[in-house]
Amino acid sequence: MSQSTSRPNIDVVSLVEDVSLRRVGQYTLVVLFLGFFLVPLQTGIMTALKTNEAVARSLPFAPPAGQGFTLSNLEFAFDRLSTAFINSLLMAIPATIINVLLASMAAFGLTMVRWRGQLALLSLFLVGVFVPYQAVLVPLARFWNNIFPLGRMLEPTFAAVPLLQGHHSQLVPLVITHVAYGIPICTILFRSYYKGLPNSLVEAAKIDGASITKIYRRIVLPISKPMFGVVFIYQFTQIYNEFLFSFTLITSANNPAAPVTLILPAIGTSTSGIDFGIRMSAAFLAALPTIILYVAFAEQFAKGLRTESG
Amino acid sequence: MATQPTNDPEMPDEEPVGWRTKLRYFLNSDFVRSSPYWGIPFLLMAVAVYGGIGYNLAISFTDYAGLSQPTFESFDLEMYRTAVGNEAFRRAAFNNFVLLVAFTSVSLGLGLFLAVLLDHGIRFKEKIQTAYLLPMALSFVVTAQLWLWMYNQENGVLTVIIEGLGFESINWLGNPDFALAAVIFALVWQFSGYAMVVYLAGLQSIPSDQFEAARVDGASTFRTYVSIIIPQLKESSVSAAVVLMVFALKAFTFLYALVGQYRPPNGTDILATLMVRQAFKFGKWAYGAAIATMLLLLALGVIAPYLYYQYRQGSL
Repeated sequence: MSQSTSRPNIDVVSLVEDVSLRRVGQYTLVVLFLGFFLVPLQTGIMTALKTNEAVARSLPFAPPAGQGFTLSNLEFAFDRLSTAFINSLLMAIPATIINVLLASMAAFGLTMVRWRGQLALLSLFLVGVFVPYQAVLVPLARFWNNIFPLGRMLEPTFAAVPLLQGHHSQLVPLVITHVAYGIPICTILFRSYYKGLPNSLVEAAKIDGASITKIYRRIVLPISKPMFGVVFIYQFTQIYNEFLFSFTLITSANNPAAPVTLILPAIGTSTSGIDFGIRMSAAFLAALPTIILYVAFAEQFAKGLRTESG
Repeated sequence: MATQPTNDPEMPDEEPVGWRTKLRYFLNSDFVRSSPYWGIPFLLMAVAVYGGIGYNLAISFTDYAGLSQPTFESFDLEMYRTAVGNEAFRRAAFNNFVLLVAFTSVSLGLGLFLAVLLDHGIRFKEKIQTAYLLPMALSFVVTAQLWLWMYNQENGVLTVIIEGLGFESINWLGNPDFALAAVIFALVWQFSGYAMVVYLAGLQSIPSDQFEAARVDGASTFRTYVSIIIPQLKESSVSAAVVLMVFALKAFTFLYALVGQYRPPNGTDILATLMVRQAFKFGKWAYGAAIATMLLLLALGVIAPYLYYQYRQGSL
């Protein structure tokens, strides 16, 4: 049959080699690990779509069948999460934008122009990437609550702005905190990119008498567009997913300014235990923005990770 | 400011000109001219990170516990002594160490295995890599919910599989003997894809003619990897290990969301969870600050050698 088709003769030898035992083993393992990485997500989604009875009766990874299918868990979870979504976005978007801009400038100042002591300063940024946040939580709580209660100070202003609520002012300290602690990693990401650019680019402009500002605006900014994308996606994911700072500054899931990550562990809990239909619905909804970003920009995400590792 | 050298005709030329030239030279130096770029981010970062660490350290030397101001009269190491003498602290430090070592080594091993698995002639390699890395895009809070369900003793996936094989199901998270292992397993699930990406990048930088040469010499694929390829991945291993250890030190959120709220996690207490509980639940701010300082020292113990290594390599 294969002889009669119009396709040029297939290299039978290499085809047989390709279907060798080792190949089969290799693909079997690949598929097994696909299961390993995807089953927790799959069972979560399936559970989110089942009625309580179906959750108790059916296999956890089996799709909901017939009467067992329901969207009410998702609706309930979305209801509980909707204001938190707005809070998360109001926190993550401004924080990411400011973060990326400041980090690009810092990386430029520390890489494209050379001066003595630069490496020492840069090391301070680098150590900042790895500092566990627990080491600053007590000062953070004291600073924003007792010493400089910016959130409370801004409350009347925020209440007067259309589309914003008074409690949204509590997100301002959170945004500043995220920016400050995001600067080290974003700067390092940008720096690894700038370091890879040809040195002659800046040198030539310098000889032509271009000022530092001009070099940044005319040369560096335009060519670092792809890196802006990478860092933005990376940092948005980080801030959206972050829990510890929200926990420290917003404290309670009952606070109207609570972001998604703070609310999630409190959803679907009752005296009789956890309602997994609701909990999985909420987890899936909470993860949706970053999953969409990740799937759409998988290549950039992987690139960002590779750069982070130096 | 008071004496303006230019107004004095008697002054010798060199002195003031030298001073002004020096100033002008300094103001024109790349250090000053680039400072508007790195200055603000640096200040913000320095105050937040290093100011925060310093303030935390200062509080850890007091006995500040809630309300009003920390008083710096009782300035001593009392909190550190209390911590080291405390059984719960030692247990948490031990768990931290186990978590760090087990999680990092298993993730590295699995990551290397996955990278080698995907490195040669796999179709849809990019798509598969994306799927393996997907858990990393999720927040700790979300993955904790997923694994809460995976480990659920009534109808979770693991329970169903184990009972399907005819064994008795295990209360993974409720049993102190298994809880830490269960936590490590879930964290490996979330982050081994990261090690894989780093190793894949490392593998790609190794020229393929090394495989050819080994094949000509009659070496098996396994042999080629073990003797020739893997030894060249040292740098990938080091950088992946450091980042993984940092993830492990940040596992607080995962544990908090997994075993819940402030109550001591069942056999899985680590320094971070202990610190937050002591500081934020019991208001023992100074004690929490002392634990946090020791956690920071642990982190620095991991990264300082790494940074020094990078510095020596000239790749900083």
